[in-house]
Amino acid sequence: MDSKPRLLTIIDIVTVVLLLIATYMVFFYAPQEAVMGDVQRVFYFHVAAGWVGMLGFIGAAVAGIIYLIKKDRKWDIVGLAAVEIGIVFIFINIVTGSIWARPIWNTWWTWDPRLTTATVMLLIYFAYLMLRQGIEDPDRRARFAAVYAIVGSLSVPLTYFSARIFRTIHPIVIGSGDPNATGSFDMTPMMLQTFMFGLLTFTFIFIDLFWHRIRLGRKADQIEQLRLKTME
Amino acid sequence: MLFSFFLQEGPANTTNYMIAGYAVIFGVMLIYLISLLVRQRNLQKDLEVLEEIQGEEQ
Repeated sequence: MDSKPRLLTIIDIVTVVLLLIATYMVFFYAPQEAVMGDVQRVFYFHVAAGWVGMLGFIGAAVAGIIYLIKKDRKWDIVGLAAVEIGIVFIFINIVTGSIWARPIWNTWWTWDPRLTTATVMLLIYFAYLMLRQGIEDPDRRARFAAVYAIVGSLSVPLTYFSARIFRTIHPIVIGSGDPNATGSFDMTPMMLQTFMFGLLTFTFIFIDLFWHRIRLGRKADQIEQLRLKTME
Repeated sequence: MLFSFFLQEGPANTTNYMIAGYAVIFGVMLIYLISLLVRQRNLQKDLEVLEEIQGEEQ
């Protein structure tokens, strides 16, 4: 295995520092929301996790397109890494949204368009991982995964715009949403700074985890090749 | 306007939900990080075994 690149170590350190600062801002810098109280603070990392999840799924679609053009398996490794990280963060996004909803909507869950499309998106990518397991031939698996990731990525804009197109109770903090949304609030400058810093931090978390996961995938691929050679 | 100001209650006490939310965020991220480390370690072991087998065959 090649040694860890110096740049990756720097990104590791920068990511940890950014996460510490972002956490400090969430709890001590951003003011308490006047109606919802402390649970509103979940919003900063809830949205940022959704952002990372969507970045992952879009990244997987881009990797899929490149794979289909170049037929180089390294793009399959990149696609898998992106999907895995996307799943982790969309899961965080959905669970934290549910926790926020309990005191604000008085329910853990409702089949609102945004919640429904986000859940469908998560299930689509769970299926991606499960279906990959069922294909032995690496090239066939990579081709299938590439097409699946491209088609599956349609769920990303659908989820993002669902709260803007359909009638929904999910609040839209950036831009205009349904006036019937419950839990909307206006961000003060300090809230906006915390929110933007959270997005930046989670973008670094994505880059960092993505790189680590690609390195892991390359190692797994190397072992698979060695295994096939040994079996021959 | 003045009346509504005097009638307004303070923010809802939702601190427990905030704690639960951040426990999920940091908990899931930590579990994922550990899973990466464990898989990395296991793959390294597999690689060493496979290289050993290949060395013996040669």
